[in-house]
Amino acid sequence: MNWQAIWAIYTFEMSRFFRTLLQSFVSPVISTSLYFVVFGAAIGSRIDEVEGVSYGAFIVPGLIMLSVMTQAISNASFGIYFPKFIGTIYELLSAPINFLEIVMGYVGAAATKALFIGTVILATSALFVDLTIQHPLAMVIFMLLTCLSFALFGFIIGIWAQNFEQLQLIPLLIVTPLVFLGGSFYSISMLPAAWQTISFFNPVVYLVSGFRWAFFGIADVPIGLSLLAIAGFTLLCLGIIWWIFKTGWRIRS
Amino acid sequence: MCTEEGNRMQPMVQISNVRKSYADGFEALKGVSLEIRDGEILALLGPNGAGKTTLISAICGITQPTSGTVTVGGHDVVTAYRGARSLVGLVPQEINLEPFERVMNTVRFSRGLFGKPKDDALLERILRQLSLWDKRDSRIMELSGGMKRRVLIAKALAHEPRVLFLDEPTAGVDVELRRDMWDIVAQLKKDGVTIILTTHYIEEAEAIADRIGVINKGEILLVEEKTALMTRLGQKELRIELQDAITDLPASLAARGLRLEESGHVLVYTYDTAQDRTGIATLIREVSDAGLVLRDLQTRQNSLEDIFVGLVSEQEGAA
Ligand SMILES: Nc1ncnc2c1ncn2[C@@H]1O[C@H](COP(=O)(O)OP(=O)(O)O)[C@@H](O)[C@H]1O
Ligand SMILES: [Mg+2]
Repeated sequence: MNWQAIWAIYTFEMSRFFRTLLQSFVSPVISTSLYFVVFGAAIGSRIDEVEGVSYGAFIVPGLIMLSVMTQAISNASFGIYFPKFIGTIYELLSAPINFLEIVMGYVGAAATKALFIGTVILATSALFVDLTIQHPLAMVIFMLLTCLSFALFGFIIGIWAQNFEQLQLIPLLIVTPLVFLGGSFYSISMLPAAWQTISFFNPVVYLVSGFRWAFFGIADVPIGLSLLAIAGFTLLCLGIIWWIFKTGWRIRS
Repeated sequence: MCTEEGNRMQPMVQISNVRKSYADGFEALKGVSLEIRDGEILALLGPNGAGKTTLISAICGITQPTSGTVTVGGHDVVTAYRGARSLVGLVPQEINLEPFERVMNTVRFSRGLFGKPKDDALLERILRQLSLWDKRDSRIMELSGGMKRRVLIAKALAHEPRVLFLDEPTAGVDVELRRDMWDIVAQLKKDGVTIILTTHYIEEAEAIADRIGVINKGEILLVEEKTALMTRLGQKELRIELQDAITDLPASLAARGLRLEESGHVLVYTYDTAQDRTGIATLIREVSDAGLVLRDLQTRQNSLEDIFVGLVSEQEGAA
């Protein structure tokens, strides 16, 4: 294992992040605050409690998930797409490293950034609402797995994309709707029966539900199923990346 | 044969029958075989589209050869890629750099990527050698084209490669920068680096290479020591046009190896420019002594260009 190379990629990617640290820090703080103002104050005044939790607190896990997923995807996809776009990928291809090491560097950095932002949102939320986390360890594991699996997913998108439009396409058309429809801001049980059934085909439901369980001990789906879903998604992404590595698809002509 | 001899005789890079067909079916390399010796400068000369970049890409891991094998320092570039790539530095044809990065940072990244521990003293030496030290904290986008090219070289040298590939390092570069580049290459050779550079400038190959390979349409047409090639090229022809055609060469002139051409109108004398005495003055005197009247004189030198054009058109004729 070429640890030096993994570290080089990781720190190089992180340095981009640190250059814009203020922006990286300020924008989630502002957007989270806005969510609380809009959802917490406006809607929360009508929906008092959801399953015994104040609405403001109820949306926190979904809010974190939403940001963590989109950040992990956008950072990882951009991270590997950019060298392809400007041609610096030649250096990765000619270095004595294998694909796993490349993935560890880029995905590790993207997951770290997402984790940072998730933590910032969690801290900001604590300023607005009373938060008690019932299962802290599960919360951390869910957060880490989400950062990791969605960074892997983003990496695949970055390899697949052949222009900036494609880079935005999947997050915009698939991920964002799935997240919004995934029970981030409501409980699945609040939906009509037919929509409930449809929701169970949405993988994000399992993540948000599991994450919310870690906070409040309440869930739309059994926690075991949530863990299985995220583990399955991680493995699927790893499998696809392994295949990309084997065939050199869209990287090595 | 003792082992030391064996090591010295083993080529640094061994390319055996490499073919490359791109996805669209185009065959860019048609069975290239080439040996590159430790410590030499090999210039790969060929027109645009000859397959120079493809060949370098196949050696450096940018592209997968369709068939054939390449070894670097005895390591197969596909099956033992870590060993092979550790030895190789690549300066690509295109200036591929991240515009917002700073020089030192991007060079440090290159070293790390090749698994080498941080060594800023070495990087300082490299940057100084390339006259980039003052620019170490500049962003790439603030640099001139020539300096960007140097940054690419610095990145390639950052992991102390034994073999350096320079893909058209002087294409579109002004004369002064080209001379700078040649000096850099000469210095690297002194440091013991094996250098392969591609070019379509014949003068460039002539100026810095030890050996010259000619490639066209995916095939290597010739690989020769530059000095041998230059000797062959050093032959010059003196053509003496006569006022009146003659049928027989006077004996004194025939003895000097003159030929009669164009139905007796032209005397041709071939000589070596490298010799101290070309014997032209004596020859001219002897021609007048023989009672012949000169109308005109012409000299003609074979250039690398002639050989190159000859080879390429031969290939074209054969195709
Ligand atoms: N990715 C590619 N797909 C298809 N054809 C290619 C590709 N890259 C290069 N070629 C073709 O292969 C030939 C050799 O290209 P190249 O190696 O870049 O030549 P050179 O570097 O000598 O100018 C050219 O005809 C070029 O059009
Ligand atoms: Mg080229």
